[in-house]
Amino acid sequence: MHRESDQVGIKIGMWLFLYSEIILFGGLFVLYAAYFFEHPQSFVAGGKELNRIIGALNTIVLLVSSFTVAASITAIRRDDAKRAQRLLLFSLLCGVVFLVNKYFEWGAKIDHGIYPNSETLVNGEPGLNIFFGLYYVITGLHGLHVIIGMALLAVSLFFIRSGRVSGSRYAMLDNAGLYWHLVDLIWIFVFPLFYLVL
Amino acid sequence: MTAIPSFFTQSSPPGLTGIKAWLLTHDHKRLGLMYLYAVLFWFVVAMVIGLLIRTELMSQGRTIMGPGMYNSLFTLHGVIMIFLFVIPAIPAIFGNFFLPIQLGTDDVFFPRLNLFSWYLFMFGGIFALVALFTGDGFPDTGWTFYVPFSVQSSSNVGLTVSAAFILGMSSMLTGLNFVTTFHRMRDKRMGLMQIPLFTWSLYATAWVQILATPVISITFVLVVMERLLSIGLFDPARGGDPILYQHLFWMYSHPAVYIMILPGMGVVSEIIPVFSRKSIFGYKAIVWSSMGIAIAGSLVWAHHMYTSGMSDVSVFVFSLLTFLVAIPSAVKVFSWVATMYKGSIEMTPPLLLSLIFIYLFSVGGLTGLVLGAVGTDIHVHDTHFVVAHFHFVMFGGTGFAFLAALHYWWPKMFGIMYPFRPAYIGAVLTAVGFLFHYVPMLILGLQGMPRRYYDYLPQYETGNFLAGFGGYLLCIGLVVMFVNLLASLRHRVAAPADPWGATTLEWRVPSPPPVHNFVDKPEIMDFPYDFRQVGDNSASQRS
Repeated sequence: MHRESDQVGIKIGMWLFLYSEIILFGGLFVLYAAYFFEHPQSFVAGGKELNRIIGALNTIVLLVSSFTVAASITAIRRDDAKRAQRLLLFSLLCGVVFLVNKYFEWGAKIDHGIYPNSETLVNGEPGLNIFFGLYYVITGLHGLHVIIGMALLAVSLFFIRSGRVSGSRYAMLDNAGLYWHLVDLIWIFVFPLFYLVL
Repeated sequence: MTAIPSFFTQSSPPGLTGIKAWLLTHDHKRLGLMYLYAVLFWFVVAMVIGLLIRTELMSQGRTIMGPGMYNSLFTLHGVIMIFLFVIPAIPAIFGNFFLPIQLGTDDVFFPRLNLFSWYLFMFGGIFALVALFTGDGFPDTGWTFYVPFSVQSSSNVGLTVSAAFILGMSSMLTGLNFVTTFHRMRDKRMGLMQIPLFTWSLYATAWVQILATPVISITFVLVVMERLLSIGLFDPARGGDPILYQHLFWMYSHPAVYIMILPGMGVVSEIIPVFSRKSIFGYKAIVWSSMGIAIAGSLVWAHHMYTSGMSDVSVFVFSLLTFLVAIPSAVKVFSWVATMYKGSIEMTPPLLLSLIFIYLFSVGGLTGLVLGAVGTDIHVHDTHFVVAHFHFVMFGGTGFAFLAALHYWWPKMFGIMYPFRPAYIGAVLTAVGFLFHYVPMLILGLQGMPRRYYDYLPQYETGNFLAGFGGYLLCIGLVVMFVNLLASLRHRVAAPADPWGATTLEWRVPSPPPVHNFVDKPEIMDFPYDFRQVGDNSASQRS
C-alpha cells in the first residue's frame, strides 16, 4: 500500500509533542507558583537583582527570530529557497545572540557568588536560594531548548540547500518553526516571572 | 489465503534480511514482537527478584540476604515491574500489533518514530542494568525516589532515574503515535462508535501518556540536578519543600496507574463478548468510562499523601475525587458481567484469565476505596495492606489481562494454536497462588505490619510464611503457562484466521498477518461486536 504524505497528521503529531513540552515546563512553573506563595518578599528582592535590560533585549531577539522563521516558511511556500535560507540564517544568528547574552548574564551572577550551592546562597535568605535555584534550572532548561531549536533550524537549512525541503514538501521546516515558536513562547512566560516580579 | 507471505517472511521496508529485517524494521507487528521479547525478559527478572524478597521475609531475621541487599531488591523489583513491564506491556506489545489492524490500516502513523521508541525502551533498560553493576550499586530508595533520601543516598540514583526518564520518553512517543494513528489512519468508513474497545482504551491511555509523562520527566530531571548541584529546591533548611516533590511525583505516577490498567480493561472488553457470543453490553458506556477514568484519574494524585502533612481541605477534596474514579471503573465491571448474562458462553484460556481478572480487579478496586477513605487510610497507610491492594490491581488486574491477551492473540501473532489443558492448569495455579500470596498481606497490613521493612515482630511470621508459600505457587503457575506457549512454537499446530469466532478486523486477516495487514480492503461492520454472522465454528477445530 502506498501512502500519500499526510501533512495534517504530521502537524498533529508535532502539536502533541509540543503539549508535552509545555507540561514539562508546567511542572517547573508549578514549583515557581508554590514557592512564590511561600517567599513573596525574597522573590521580589531576587527579581531586582536580575538585569532587566539584557532580559528585555533577549525577549526582543527571540520575538524577531520567531518572525523571521515564520517568514522563511512563507518564502519556501512561494518556492523562494534563497530567501528562506537567508531568513533562517538570520534566525540562527538571533539564537546565538540570545545564548551569548545568557552567557554574560549567568557569568555576572556567578562572579557575584550567586550560583547553586554557593556560599552566598546557602548562608543567605532561604527564599533567595529558591529563587535563584529556580532561575538557574528554568533558564538552563530553556537554554537547552534554544540549542535544540537551533539544531532543528540548522538541519532544516541544510535540507533546503540539498533540496529535501521545498515548496511542495516543507513539513520539516514547518515543525522546526513550531518548535522555535514554542521556545519563544516559554521565554515570554519566563521573562516576567523572573525579571519583572512586581 | 495460504499463498500470501506473512510479515515473518516479508520485511518492511522491503529488501532487508536476517537480523537487519528486525532491527531496522518499520513494521508495527515486528516491533510488537520485539517489545514482547524484551518485556518478557524483564518480567521474568523482576518476578525472580520478587520471589527472593518474599523468601527473605518467610522467616524472621536474616534468611537469604542482608538488609542493604533487601532494600536494593525491592527498589529494583518496583522499578522494573513498573517502568519495564506494567506500563509498556499491553500498549507497546499488543497495542503496536493490533491497534493499526483494528483501525483497518497498514501501520502506525509514524513508523520510524515507533522504531525509535523501541530503541529508547531498550536503551532505558540497559541504563538500568548499568546502574545495577556500577558505582555504589542499585538505589535503595524504593521506586518512588522520595526526597530527601534520594538526594542523599550514595547509591546509583542518578543513573536509575535517567533510565526511568528515557523509558518515560519511549512511552510518551508511543502514545503520541497512537493518538495520531487513531485520528489520521483510521479507515474512512469507520466512525467513532464503530471502533473496537481495545483501541478505544489505548486511545484514552495514550492521552494520559502524553499529558502526564512530562511531569515525571521534569521531576526526575530535578532529582538529578539536586544530586549534581545541590540546589536545595526540596530542602526545608534552604527554603524548599519536600512535600512538593511528592506532589510532582504523584501527579504523574497516579495517572500512570491508569496507563497501566486501562489497556487491560480494553483487552477484557474484547475477550468477554467473543466468548459469550453476545454483543458487548453498554459499548458507549465503556468508551465514555475509559475517557472518564483518564480524566478523573489525573485529578486524584494526592491520595498517596494523606499522612504527609497536607492541609485537611486538600485531603478531603482528594478523597472525594478518589471515590469518583470508582464509578467509571464499576461501570466497566458491571458491563462485562452483564455481557455474559444469557450469552452462549464458551470456556477458553483467555476467557478464564479474563474472569480471574474481573474477580481480582474487583478486590483491588474495593480495597482501593478503603485506602481512598481518609479515616481507614491513616490506619493502614504504608502497611502491607497497600502492597496487597496495588498488587491486586497491577498484577491481578493488568498482569492477568496481559496473560489473557497473550493467550487470546497468540494464534494471530504466531499463526499457531496451543494446548488448552496446561493453560487452564497454569491459570488456576497462578490464581490460587495469587490469593495465598496477597490475602495474607491484606491481613498483615490491617494488623500493622509496615511495607518495605526488612524484619518484623514474631506475630507476623505465619502470615509472611503463607505469603511466601503462595508466591512459589504463583510462580509455578506462571511457568506452566509460559512453557505451554513456548512449546507450541515447536509442535506447530496451524491456527485458522479466526479460531475464536471473533468479529474485529484482526480476525479478518490471515494468521500471522501479511506485511501490509490487509490483502483486500477490509469490510467495516456497523458495530464491531455483531455476532450474527459468526457461525458455530466450535472448539472441535481447535485443540
